[in-house]
Amino acid sequence: MSAVVLAELAYWQVSIFRVLGLLAAVLLPAGTIVYLFLFKMMSFMQSRLGPMEAGPYGSMQLLAEVGKWLQKEDLFPDGADRKVFAWAPIVVVASTFIMYTVVPFGPDAWFANIPTGIYFALAVSSVSVIGILMAGWASANKYSLMGGLRSAGQLIAYELPLVLAVLGVVIQAGTMDMQGIVEAQRNGEIFGLGFIGNPYILTQFVGFAVFMIAMQAELTQPPFDMPVAESELVAGYLTEYSGFRFLLFFIGEYATAGAFSAIAAVLFLGGWSLPGIGFDADIMNLLGPIVMLTKMMLIVFLVMWFRFTYPRFREDQLQIFAWKYLIPISLVNIAVTAVLKVAF
Amino acid sequence: MGLVPGVIKGLGVTMGEARKTVFPNGFTKPPAPSKGAVTVQYPHVKEDPAPRARGVIALNQENCTACMLCARECPDWCIFIEAHKYLAPPRREGGKPRQRNELDRFDIDFALCMYCGICVEVCPFEALYWSPEYEYSEPRIADLLHDKSRLGLWMETVPDFEDYEAGSEQKKKKVPR
Repeated sequence: MSAVVLAELAYWQVSIFRVLGLLAAVLLPAGTIVYLFLFKMMSFMQSRLGPMEAGPYGSMQLLAEVGKWLQKEDLFPDGADRKVFAWAPIVVVASTFIMYTVVPFGPDAWFANIPTGIYFALAVSSVSVIGILMAGWASANKYSLMGGLRSAGQLIAYELPLVLAVLGVVIQAGTMDMQGIVEAQRNGEIFGLGFIGNPYILTQFVGFAVFMIAMQAELTQPPFDMPVAESELVAGYLTEYSGFRFLLFFIGEYATAGAFSAIAAVLFLGGWSLPGIGFDADIMNLLGPIVMLTKMMLIVFLVMWFRFTYPRFREDQLQIFAWKYLIPISLVNIAVTAVLKVAF
Repeated sequence: MGLVPGVIKGLGVTMGEARKTVFPNGFTKPPAPSKGAVTVQYPHVKEDPAPRARGVIALNQENCTACMLCARECPDWCIFIEAHKYLAPPRREGGKPRQRNELDRFDIDFALCMYCGICVEVCPFEALYWSPEYEYSEPRIADLLHDKSRLGLWMETVPDFEDYEAGSEQKKKKVPR
């Protein structure tokens, strides 16, 4: 997808190209995450094998699951607000898709080049709260409503440390452009050593830790999965969903994990750029997505490792953790970053 | 280990379990998850249940006197017994003919059974036994009603009773073969 090829195509052809690329960018990491981590790593950590029958080592299991979901009846509860109920999963998935649009995968391999990319991504990521509240309210089920409210409370509480952790990076890079942040890390130096640039995980490690914890909560992965706590809320806002609409929520959950890890890879691990190869080299349009996918999987590995290890937080612990610990820590991080940015 | 916080130790536990599953022979040998896992791949490999596992109830028809104790004690009322009396020939020349109970029907509905084992314990004549056999699921729920001939077939799968502890006064029971 080099600039030369793109320049020769008409605008609508480029648009189709980008839409197909976006579908691949959303679904491919989501499928990889589910198979690699949810099916296999989780099984190994529980001393079992996981799916083994569909395809070699169960690698086609996901297709079988999708086929199963598509065959199921599209159920609407009696008292449900049908229109809102039907639209809720689409809102959640749409917010995930739009988050991906600003993530750069190479010098020309981007979907939308917005000067305030990271701001846009974080703003769009909070749209999923509306979808979840819609699902919880429209289900006409008290478990769904409780789950939706808990989820909204949690997502709003953890959005703040997430944004504050990102601010540290933005201050250090001096830009909100995701390409600009990649470039700043590439050209950065740490203690005068610049041979691998300066991935911000080295200077912003406090921000990275806060971002990872807040991301875990934003994805409602355990230990922050209070909204879908099965012992008290059945399945939270997902209780009444089945078939295709549940599949959309499921894709949304793991594609959002991919999207947040892509953003974390850009912000803290140096994005798609490789040291030694020129920043605008055409080959990076091919290598960049692979580098990005590797870094995304590294981040998701951490998220899933925490997920499979820790038991669930209580609701009050969950809120206290965000408001009393994460937010002050990230505020201090911003202050220190700003002072050091001016000093050096 | 006191210095390592519990949260980090927990991460070590899950990762250690994954390592034990994937590399049961150590890192130098190729990964062998099917050996490291504690589970078995069921349809290909049969699980070996414990000898006293409660799989299915077997009936030794000769010992049954149709006393109905099992049917009355059953919490689910899943045992159905019908019997008739008949006069058996006397044991000795010139004696009185003996009155016996003959089983017409002895059914256990395993769709209702909750595997509590009260019938096996309450049987005074050792006509009921536990068998660890577990592969008798049916596509139709009515087929889970096992009649006396099918219950009798399970007797072949009943394992011998295990030895009691050394010094036990109790006599070891024998499974009729």
